[in-house]
Amino acid sequence: MVNRRRSRRLAAFKTVVYVVLGLFFLLPIAAMVEFATRGVGISSPRSLTAFTSIGSDPELVDAITASLELAAITSVGMLALLLPTMIWIRLRVPQMVRPVELVCLTPLTIPAIVLVVGFAPIYNWIEINVSDSILMLAFAYLILVLPYCYRALDAGLSAVDLRTLSEAARSLGASWGTVIWRIIVPNMSSAVSNACLLCVAVVLGEFTVANLLNFENLQVAISILGTGNARDSIALAVLSLVFVFFFLLVLSFLGRALSRRRGGAAKA
Amino acid sequence: MTAVPVTKAAYVRRPLGGRLRVSTAWLGAAPFLVYTGLFLFLPTVLVAVGAFSGPHGPTLANLAQLSQPYVVSAFLNSLVLSAVSASIGAVVGAVLAYTVASGSPDGILRRLVTAFCGVLSQFGGVTLAFAFIATIGTEGFIVIWLQQHGITFYPNGVWLFSLTGLTLIYTYFEIPLMVIVFMPALDGIRPQWREATETLGGGTWHYWRHVAGPLLMPAFLGAWLLLFANAFSAYATAAALLDIGGIIVPLQISRALSSEVGLDQANFAAALALGMVVIVAIITVLYARLQRRSARWLPR
Amino acid sequence: MKGSAARATCLGLALTVVGTLAACGGSSDSSWSTATSAASNGGMSALITAAKAEGQLNVIALPLNWANYGTIIKDFSAKYGIKVNQANPQGSSQDEVNAVNSEKGTSKAPDVLDIGMAVAWANTSLFAPYEVSEWSDIPADQKDAGGLWYQDYGGYMSIGYDSSKYTVTSMADLLTPAFKSAVALNGDPTEANAALNGVMLASLANGGSVSNIGPGVSFFKQLNAAGNFVPVTATAATIDNGTTPVVFDWDYLNSASVVNLPSWKVFVPSNAILGGYYAQAITKTAPHPAAARLWEEYLYSAAGQNLWLQGGARPVEMTAMQANGTLNQTYAAALPAVSGSPVTLDQSQASSAASYLASNWSAAVGS
Repeated sequence: MVNRRRSRRLAAFKTVVYVVLGLFFLLPIAAMVEFATRGVGISSPRSLTAFTSIGSDPELVDAITASLELAAITSVGMLALLLPTMIWIRLRVPQMVRPVELVCLTPLTIPAIVLVVGFAPIYNWIEINVSDSILMLAFAYLILVLPYCYRALDAGLSAVDLRTLSEAARSLGASWGTVIWRIIVPNMSSAVSNACLLCVAVVLGEFTVANLLNFENLQVAISILGTGNARDSIALAVLSLVFVFFFLLVLSFLGRALSRRRGGAAKA
Repeated sequence: MTAVPVTKAAYVRRPLGGRLRVSTAWLGAAPFLVYTGLFLFLPTVLVAVGAFSGPHGPTLANLAQLSQPYVVSAFLNSLVLSAVSASIGAVVGAVLAYTVASGSPDGILRRLVTAFCGVLSQFGGVTLAFAFIATIGTEGFIVIWLQQHGITFYPNGVWLFSLTGLTLIYTYFEIPLMVIVFMPALDGIRPQWREATETLGGGTWHYWRHVAGPLLMPAFLGAWLLLFANAFSAYATAAALLDIGGIIVPLQISRALSSEVGLDQANFAAALALGMVVIVAIITVLYARLQRRSARWLPR
Repeated sequence: MKGSAARATCLGLALTVVGTLAACGGSSDSSWSTATSAASNGGMSALITAAKAEGQLNVIALPLNWANYGTIIKDFSAKYGIKVNQANPQGSSQDEVNAVNSEKGTSKAPDVLDIGMAVAWANTSLFAPYEVSEWSDIPADQKDAGGLWYQDYGGYMSIGYDSSKYTVTSMADLLTPAFKSAVALNGDPTEANAALNGVMLASLANGGSVSNIGPGVSFFKQLNAAGNFVPVTATAATIDNGTTPVVFDWDYLNSASVVNLPSWKVFVPSNAILGGYYAQAITKTAPHPAAARLWEEYLYSAAGQNLWLQGGARPVEMTAMQANGTLNQTYAAALPAVSGSPVTLDQSQASSAASYLASNWSAAVGS
C-alpha cells in the first residue's frame, strides 16, 4: 500500500518536472524556429528557405568533418589521460586528489578569450613546426574538456569502491590495464559515457578558441555563414543543435552496444 | 599491493623500497602532469606574466587597477551572478537528474534527456541571448501572446535586459550541465539503502536527510563548483545582451582585449584573469573544506 | 635607390623563402612582399600571375552583410580564382591586429586588414607600404603619406528605424514615451567604434562637439531613465524580430537592414553630421603578399568601389569617380540624403571620447 502510494506520488512528481522543465527548455528553441521560418515582410507566408541555406557552402562540410574528427580524438585522449590518472591517484597518491581537482577546474576559471592569449604563442610554434591542420586544436580541446569530464568521472568514481575492487583484482593477478578497463570502468559506465558525451558536446559547440586561433570548425563556419542574413544564422544555429543532439543520441546507443559486447560486470 | 602512507619512519626502515614506491606512485600521474604542464600551466604562466608586465617592464600597476571601484563592483556582480545561477542550476538540475535516473536505465526517455542536456549545456552566446529575446523579450512570442490575452509581462521595466535576466539565461545551460555531471552519482544509489532505511522505520524524509543526502553531498558540491566556474567565466551571452559597459569581469576582460576605441590593455586583461583564477581557487579551498567534512565517514 | 631596392628585395627573398618553407599553399613570388606598387614590380599582369600562383587570401573580421563584403568576396574569388579564407567574422579592429601578432609566421596570418582609424593610427608598424594604381584618386587627408594605410569607405552616423511603427524627425523624438524600450546601439561604446560614434552623434545633436562627448552620455542617460534604451546589441536578428526597432549605426549598416525589413528607414540629423571612414592596410608579414596587393588593387578599382557603393557606403574615391564618370549613379542616388558639412573624429578626439566613456558609460546606463 505504501509502495503504491509512493510510486503514484513519484509518477506525478516526475510528470510535473518533465512538463515544467520541458517547456522551459523547448520554448526558446521554438522561438528560434518561429523566427527562422518567417517570411520577409509582415504578411509573407512562412518558409523553410533559411534552413536550406546550409547547402550553399561547401566549406561547411569540411568544417563538420573537422569538428567530428576533433570530437573523436578529444574523447579518446580525454579518457586515456584522465581515467587512469584519476584512478591511480585515488589509490596510490591520495594527497594529489585535491590539487588535481583544482588543476582540472582551472581551464574553466579563465575565460576562453584569455586562455587563447596564452595558447597563441604555443599554437604559433605548433603551426610553424608541426602542422597547421585544424586537428591540432585537439591539444587545446583536451584542456577545455577537463573540468566537465573530471566532474563526470569523479561522480562515478565516488560510487565505486575502488580500493576493494582493485585489491581483489590485483590479488587475483590482474594487470593495471585489466583492473581499469575490465573491472572499474564497467562499474562506472554511465560516468564514462557522460564524460564522453560532454566531450563531444563541448568540441562540437566550441567557438571562441577556434575563432581566435583562426581555425574554421563547425561553429566558426556557422558564424561566417550567419553574418549574411539574420534568418539564416538562426536557422543554422537550430540545425547545429539538432545535429549535435542526434549525434549524441546515436553515440548513446553505440555505447550500450559496446558495453554489452564487452560483457561488462553487472552494476551491483 | 595496498597503498601504505609513506612516512619518514617507513622510509628509514626500508629505504630502497620506500623510495621506489613513492616515485612509482608519482610517476603514474606523470602523463597527466606533463600534458597539463605544457598546455595549461604554460599558458596560465604566460597570462600571469602579462598581468605583471607593463610598457616599461615588470610592474604592479595592472594589479593596482583591480582595486578601482568599477572593477570591484564587476567582481561582485560576477560572484553574485555565478553563485545564484549555479545554485539554481544545481538544485533544479539535481531534481531533473533524479527524475531521469529513477526511470529505466536503458530507456529511450533517459537517452533523449541525456542527449538533450548534452547539447544544451554547451549552448550559449549570441544565439542563446537571441533565443531568450525571441521568447520573452519585448517582442518575444510569449509576451505577445500574453498581451493578446490581456496580461502585461513587463509591468515594471524589462528585467530580461539586466543581471536578473542574465541569471535566468545562465540557468538554461547550468541545469543541463548539472544533470550530466550529477547523474552518475545518482546511479550509484543502491535500492538496498532505501530498503534498509524502511526496515529501520524511516520514511522518505529520513532517507533523504540522513542516508542518500549525505552520500550524494560530495558529488553535489563538486558539481556546484563546476557550475559556478562555468558561469563565472561565461561572457558571450552577456556581451550580446548588455552593452552597458563591463558590469561583469569577463566583459571587462573582453573590453581590455578587443576594444577598438583605444581602451585595450592586454596586460590589464591578464590581471583581471589572474583575479578570477584567485577567486575560484579560494572558493575551491572552501569547497575542499566542506567536502572533507561531508565525506569524512565515507569509505574512501 | 636602385641599390637599396635590390638589397631590400634580397632580404625580402630570404625572409619569404624561410616563410614559404613553413607555409603550405601556393608558392609566392618573394618580391611582392616588399613591393610598394604594382608598377614597381612588373605591372598588373605580373601581380595577377603571382597572386594566382599563391591561390589564397586570408581576410579577417569581414561580416558578409557589412558594406556588401559578401558580394565583394565572391566577385574577387570568381574573377581571379583565388580562395578567400575568412576568419573571425564578428571580430573588432583590435582583434584583427591581435591576430596579426599571434599568427605571425603561420600560413593563417591575416593578409589584409579593414580597421577603424584609432587602431590604424596605433599600429602602423605592422603595415607594409603600398600605393594602389588609383592612389591619386584618394584625397590626401584620407591616406597615409607613406602608403601604410588608406581609407576605403565610410558613411555617416545615422538613426535607423522601423517606419511602420515609428517616425523619427529629430533626435529629441527618441525621448518621448512612444519610444519605450526601442532605442539601441550597435555594441558597447567602450569597445566598438560604431557604438562610440553613435554616442558622439547624440552629443553633437545635443550641444556637444567632437571634443566633448558628455552631452551624448547624458542623452543616453535620459533615454535610459525614460525606459527607452534597450541595452541589447543591435544585430540583424534583433532588428528583424523587433526588439531593437531604432538603432544608432553607420548609415551603410542601417541600409543593409532594408533587405529583411522593407519598412526600415535611415535618418541622419541635419544638425549633426558625423562621418567616419575605415581604412585598409596590408600586413608586413602577409603569407600571401601578391594576393594581398591584388585585393587592394581590386578594391580601389572602379568595380570594387562601386560594390561598396552598392552596399550603401561612400567609397573614398567618390569625388574622383563622380568627376570621371565611373560612379554608379543608381547606387549613388540610393544613399541617404545629407546636407551640411560633416565632421570626423581625429586621433586625440577619439581617445578623449573613449576615456570619458570608460569612466561614465556604465554609470549612465547601468541601472
